[in-house]
Amino acid sequence: MSFTPTELEVEGAAGGGTVPGAPVPPPAGRPATEWRRVTRAFLGDRVAVACSVYIVLIILMAVAAPLLVKISGYGPLEFDQDAVDPNLGGIPLGPAGGMGADHWFGVEPGNGRDIFARIVYGARVSMLIAISATLLTTFLGVVFGLVAGYFGGRVDMVVSRVMEFLMAFPALIFMIAVLSALPAENRQFLLVLVISFFGWPYLARIVRGQTMSLKEREFVEAAKASGATSSQIIFKEILPNLASTIIVMTTLAVPGYVGTEAGLSFLGVGVVPPTPSWGQMIASSVPWYAVDPAYFLIPGAFLFLLVLSFTVLGDRIRRLLGEGAA
Amino acid sequence: MIRFVADRLLGMLVVLFLVCLFTFVIFFVLSPDPAVQICGKNCTPEAIDQIRANLGLDQPFWTQFGTFLTGLFAGRTYGTGPNAIDCAAPCLGYSFQSSQAVTDMIAQRLPVSATVAVGAAVLWLLAGVAGGLLSAVREGRFADRFIAGLTLTGMSIPNYVLALSLQFLLVVTLGWLPFPQAVAFTDDPVRWFQNFLMPWIVLAVGMAAVYTRLTRANVIETLQENYVRTARAKGLSPGLVWRRHALRPALTPIVTIFGMDFAGLLGGALITETVFGINGIGKMAADSITKNDQPVIMGVTLLAAFLVVVGNMVVDLLYTAIDPRVRVGSSA
Repeated sequence: MSFTPTELEVEGAAGGGTVPGAPVPPPAGRPATEWRRVTRAFLGDRVAVACSVYIVLIILMAVAAPLLVKISGYGPLEFDQDAVDPNLGGIPLGPAGGMGADHWFGVEPGNGRDIFARIVYGARVSMLIAISATLLTTFLGVVFGLVAGYFGGRVDMVVSRVMEFLMAFPALIFMIAVLSALPAENRQFLLVLVISFFGWPYLARIVRGQTMSLKEREFVEAAKASGATSSQIIFKEILPNLASTIIVMTTLAVPGYVGTEAGLSFLGVGVVPPTPSWGQMIASSVPWYAVDPAYFLIPGAFLFLLVLSFTVLGDRIRRLLGEGAA
Repeated sequence: MIRFVADRLLGMLVVLFLVCLFTFVIFFVLSPDPAVQICGKNCTPEAIDQIRANLGLDQPFWTQFGTFLTGLFAGRTYGTGPNAIDCAAPCLGYSFQSSQAVTDMIAQRLPVSATVAVGAAVLWLLAGVAGGLLSAVREGRFADRFIAGLTLTGMSIPNYVLALSLQFLLVVTLGWLPFPQAVAFTDDPVRWFQNFLMPWIVLAVGMAAVYTRLTRANVIETLQENYVRTARAKGLSPGLVWRRHALRPALTPIVTIFGMDFAGLLGGALITETVFGINGIGKMAADSITKNDQPVIMGVTLLAAFLVVVGNMVVDLLYTAIDPRVRVGSSA
């Protein structure tokens, strides 16, 4: 596999840093028949398929949460005092955190809420926030990146300065500060806004670079010469050529946002209890980790596998598209 | 060169000023009245007014912001008459909770965060560069694919999940490490080391993964450069080609990223410090957030921004020194 500068840019963005002096990535345009080859190669890749299957399962789980909970018999907010041992400080009865036919993944120590139900409903929160934040950052990143790269000049300067400023900002601390100061209503909506606000420059930077080199290409000049307007050139000539970059960056962004949401909830400024979220479940398991390891292992494993699946998937897609370009 | 440095310095000041303003606006607009908070339960409207006047909260926004900025550079005085408190030069105000000066609180905890950051940095640099070089040398073979799997795993595991798993495995199940407990290095070096070992590992894992990938990619890219081919063609031994032609350009981007990551970490590893109960800047920030202790949150935010911006600048300067290709003019 050859290494193109495009990947270096993506690499840098994933690590959260900039690489001064890194070469401007070459445009990654490909004809439509390429997509068929990519799809076939993707379906032949067992790891990529496994990751996709896991992600689809989690999404289905999130969508069908009320139904699944009806089958399992316990809601996410239902207390079950019979499942915990009051004499031992509320440790779940039975092996591995109270797992059994009644509670498939066991119960929370203390109040006996069903962990399966909370995982299922937590998937809703995680996926909803991560996907909304991804859509919003992608939109902002593409729009600002395109505008800055295409029009250049003063517009570019303003957008670039704003991006530099946002990327120099200690985002995590600031997100926490803002979220803790804001009222607790509509927390999920606020989470999406705050995450996107700090997230879009990473995509915009790359879109800007590619747009700058794309607009110098012959086909854009040809379109210009034949009298196309700016918006026609942007939507018909440049945007389609950015598709693979956007797809790769988006797939790589989702795991980051899943992790951010979980991290913020873990720190107590994310999703407000009693609404379950995986990060928040892990946070509340901290005092119990020594006596009831299943309590943090289950949400931990779900979260880890979800982030891993998205990361591996993004990696595979990038390699597929990268190979096509070389 | 001088113009380049001056440009950078100016840009740095602008960013810091904006961070100040931004944070200040957010707290000014969003936060509940701190005077009521400080006053506590048995409070009269007069007492609240008194506190407001003391803290300057009755002033309009720009006056307050001006006083805050002056306090940063020249110090400020709270209150008037015999009760006046002098706050020396880099004045970040006083904690609403403990009434300690924020500057003192930061100074107390910075060494702890620095210990965490330095240890983790050593680990992740060693592991990342070694792993990256190894995979580059064995590109496409088993070792490369194995390391690729490891890095993807390392990048994906949330650090608190890793922290809890490690703690459960090493402390509870295997009993290899004692329960974390604050010990001074001078009292018991072994215990001290054991305490910091887990936080170091937890912080290093994710970073090492990113560095491995970056190193691998850079080395492979450099090996395809024309001058490397030339060096090989003229018969230099492989070792010499590596040392003299491949490593230096391949590792310079690492310097860039490292500066910023390290600076970011100095400003506090919020989650890791909280999970392991380490009394650094990160834990202080997390604690002050739950208590809505504005001056402390502002102080930490500013410190973190300052460190990142300074780190960025140092890196830029270093970069021009190491890599002559990017000297002056490229500000991308």
